[in-house]
Amino acid sequence: MALQSLDIVRRSSTTTPSPGVRETQKVAKLIDISKCIGCKACQVACMEWNDLRDEIGTNHGIYDNPIDLTDKSWTVMRFSEVEVEAGKLEWLIRKDGCMHCADPGCLKACPAPGAIVQYSNGIVDFHEENCIGCGYCITGCPFNIPRLSKKDSKAYKCTLCSDRVAVGQEPACVKTCPTGAIVFGSKDDMIHHAEERIVDLKSRGFQNAGLYDPPGVGGTHVMYVLQHADQPEIYHGLPKNPSISPMVSLWKGPFKSLMTLGLGLAGLAAFFHYFTVGPNESGEEDS
Amino acid sequence: MSDKNFIERYTFRERLAHWFVAFTFILLALSGLSVFHPVFNFLNNLFGGGTWARILHPFFGVVLAVSFVDLARRFWNANRIAPADREWMGQLKEMLANRPVKLVETGKYNIAQKYYFWTLTAAIAVLAVTGFVVWQPYFAPLFPIWLLQLAILLHSVAGFVAVLALIVHIYAAYWVRGSIPAMTRGTVTQAWARHHHPGWYREVNKGTK
Repeated sequence: MALQSLDIVRRSSTTTPSPGVRETQKVAKLIDISKCIGCKACQVACMEWNDLRDEIGTNHGIYDNPIDLTDKSWTVMRFSEVEVEAGKLEWLIRKDGCMHCADPGCLKACPAPGAIVQYSNGIVDFHEENCIGCGYCITGCPFNIPRLSKKDSKAYKCTLCSDRVAVGQEPACVKTCPTGAIVFGSKDDMIHHAEERIVDLKSRGFQNAGLYDPPGVGGTHVMYVLQHADQPEIYHGLPKNPSISPMVSLWKGPFKSLMTLGLGLAGLAAFFHYFTVGPNESGEEDS
Repeated sequence: MSDKNFIERYTFRERLAHWFVAFTFILLALSGLSVFHPVFNFLNNLFGGGTWARILHPFFGVVLAVSFVDLARRFWNANRIAPADREWMGQLKEMLANRPVKLVETGKYNIAQKYYFWTLTAAIAVLAVTGFVVWQPYFAPLFPIWLLQLAILLHSVAGFVAVLALIVHIYAAYWVRGSIPAMTRGTVTQAWARHHHPGWYREVNKGTK
């Protein structure tokens, strides 16, 4: 979504620095799974604010609706019934959506200049006007979040309500959450708030309660308070130690630069060879 | 050509197939390079923008895959590598420095040309398969994400190898004077054949004598 350009600190397919003199506070959204009741008000608020109406799907026998993220559903509740301890059923409900990584894999993978940007406050946003629909962002994301639209072949995901945050408002899902499971503020404040929540959870018997702020992607601007932080996978497949795939890092890192240099050098070598050694006219002599 | 100084090297069909593949390959190289590195982003504009480059690239790829199979099978047999070919390789440094070389019994293709043929065939095979896997929006959704990651990595490496080989191919054709008419007119001079491909020259002349 449109924002003053001075706020952008990183831009896809751009080798020179983006404007970065302004250092705004880093924001974060904290989702306390122990407080979530799965009411989906956040899904509705996201639809309302962003004018999204997804296709009506079919019932899969579980509460997940829609069953997956789509180009028109930027956040979905994931319901998991798990016996964490034998005989003790827990209904774990996780709000899935873009984690707004500090080191975004989608941005790294994107070959279209300016299609994916990262603002100085940490929000990672898609500028769909520049998107070419190649789907590389999907390969770069450690959480499988971006979705290509069948309608316009552009990639969509949660924007962390960058347009609301730009004018000092909290994201729509934060505003609407009835239990206060979703809170928003500076990242430091959210970490502090999470620590208090974790103390509370531990006192109630959740010894492994903790904060999910994965270092493998540089930390994220969407964090979870998990009752069982030692087993993030039980929350509908939340990756335990997410990082950008080494294949993507290799392809977009050293390989890309070395190969481009290689092509340039080949051209230069041909040029200099011809103008030093001269043409091979041996086949033109009469033998 | 009836002029006795010229020998036919490529028929009309072979030349047509070659130039069709060449043209399609250039379209693929340009559209592919435009997403390869930001320094090539401007190449998008040749196709009407990044989205068009992304849409057209795989369709060009299908055309290339089919036409390349047709081209390759014409030259397949002549490109088999024989032990005698390696002798030519030993002369490479002298030849590149444009110094006189001992005439080696080279057939229609020398070993460098054969290496080029097989490198390009392998690269195009990898490009076709991996390109199919990552073709959005039709086929990529059928495959798991780790396979897309691997396919894109292999596609970019094979693309690099193919473009590098092409640079060598074009330069070599230009550098060795008298080679380009083989693919534009279909003929080469007797002297060119005697010097660069004496084995082939002898075979061809056996037929015309």
